[in-house]
Amino acid sequence: MTTTTPVRPVTFSTLTLVEWRKQLDTRSGRWLLATIAIITVGVLAIMVAVNGGNHSFGAFLVATTTPMAILLPIVGVMAATSEWSQRTALVTFTLEPRRTRVGLAKVLSAVGSGLALLALAVALAALAHLLVVSLRDADPAWDVTVQNVAYLALSVVLFMAQGVGFGLLLRSTPFAIVTLLVLPTLFGVVGGLVPGMADVLPWIDLGTAGEPLLFGSTLDGEGWARLATASLLWVVAPLAGGLWRVARSEITSS
Amino acid sequence: MITVEHLTKRYGPVAAVDDVSFTVEPGHVTGFLGPNGAGKSTTMRMISGLTPATSGSARVLGKPFSALTNPGRRVGVLLDAGAQHSGRTGREVLTLAAMMTGVDRRRIEATLDVVGLTEREAARRVGQYSLGMRQRLGIASALLGDPEVLILDEPANGLDPAGIRWMRDLLQDFASRGGTVLLSSHLLREIEQVADRLVVIGRGRIVAQGTKDELLQQAGTVVRSTDDAALAASLRDAGHGVEVVATGGLAVDAEPLDVGRVAAATGVVLAELRAADSRGLEELFLELTADDAREHARTEVAA
Repeated sequence: MTTTTPVRPVTFSTLTLVEWRKQLDTRSGRWLLATIAIITVGVLAIMVAVNGGNHSFGAFLVATTTPMAILLPIVGVMAATSEWSQRTALVTFTLEPRRTRVGLAKVLSAVGSGLALLALAVALAALAHLLVVSLRDADPAWDVTVQNVAYLALSVVLFMAQGVGFGLLLRSTPFAIVTLLVLPTLFGVVGGLVPGMADVLPWIDLGTAGEPLLFGSTLDGEGWARLATASLLWVVAPLAGGLWRVARSEITSS
Repeated sequence: MITVEHLTKRYGPVAAVDDVSFTVEPGHVTGFLGPNGAGKSTTMRMISGLTPATSGSARVLGKPFSALTNPGRRVGVLLDAGAQHSGRTGREVLTLAAMMTGVDRRRIEATLDVVGLTEREAARRVGQYSLGMRQRLGIASALLGDPEVLILDEPANGLDPAGIRWMRDLLQDFASRGGTVLLSSHLLREIEQVADRLVVIGRGRIVAQGTKDELLQQAGTVVRSTDDAALAASLRDAGHGVEVVATGGLAVDAEPLDVGRVAAATGVVLAELRAADSRGLEELFLELTADDAREHARTEVAA
């Protein structure tokens, strides 16, 4: 009652830090991140073992990105959906009624987790390459550029924002994950079957438009434009819709 | 201070909360009483800014809840003790709230102490907690920010009688230091022990409000005499409502003093004369909310 310390507003950095902690302070959250790290290590170990281990740094790095591309959005999804599946939204949004800030803090903290895992993947890929060069006599090929890593970092941002967006929009963990994994693929396959879609598809299919980010090629002007339009559809739209839904909907305990 | 004015929430054609107005004053524990589904939780969610109102307004400390700066430091809210991540420990739940509101982490120990959760219990995951422990954790997280106002939805649910007594002492102490408390319950017995003011809601509308004593007075007087039939006739002549109690005596819609005067004038010897006790309040509560109760039809037949 007697307010001894002055009441300071809840800053965005505080919110982000709290959201980040919430990703890590449960067993399910820790396991999800640990699983991604373990799979990354596993993929690298297999590559070191088979084919004489003769792979470049770049090849090792590309190999780690596929599991990350599938699993990282799930981190974003869970950051959002756990508020509803575990019913913590009631507490979260009474402590911070500005709900859009909470949503954005979730995106930023998920991006933080994703970039940390990316840094780990780069370090592990370098280590794997060092191992095959020194122990298995592979040809040294340190062919990863700053651009490659920057592209990967951008893809992490897109994955995470997309995951949080689908999570906020759909609110159910399994529903959001399945939708996130199946819908873009289905979209690409069905789109490919429709004649006349072939020209449009690279502009609206994030899988196609985002490929250069993951596999080390360079994006030209048109490539960036394609990435922008596809991201608008698959990242910005669901995130904006999710934030909008959270901001105006009723928060109940069931 | 909580001010609710003409608050209404409609879900399609159904008004879950219908033109509700009341104030919760500092220095008192105000009980929000009503049967399940009467609109208590919806009202409390609207006060806490979680449910948008169809019309009307709710202000806490003079502002809409969502306009409060760092609301966790001004208002302690417990809307559902079960709404905690089952995978977090009790201590972690409080740590997150402390980080968010900028409270010194040392307050966590103090608050755990206040609600009677041990170090060991705080280190267990919430999924393993009993409902009573969840309530204590929920009250701890409401108290953590050292707020001026407490909003608690069914906090006594799952507490044993000793726990309810503990909560009464805690809330009365909080109110005596100038705090504002609004707590809801669907059980009169529970709220009667804890609150000194009551707001009674039924089918989304306020049906009674006032101090507990006022509402008790409304419940009337119980009287027994050597000649109940004569006394009843005189009381009716004096314009008071009289009901013959099956177990003997009369229930009168008047104050004990007025009943005593009528008895004296009639020359009837009194065997018992007292204000109707909580049973009177219970009857009032049942009557006020009868429209919503399933027992309605049965009561009608019995009467």
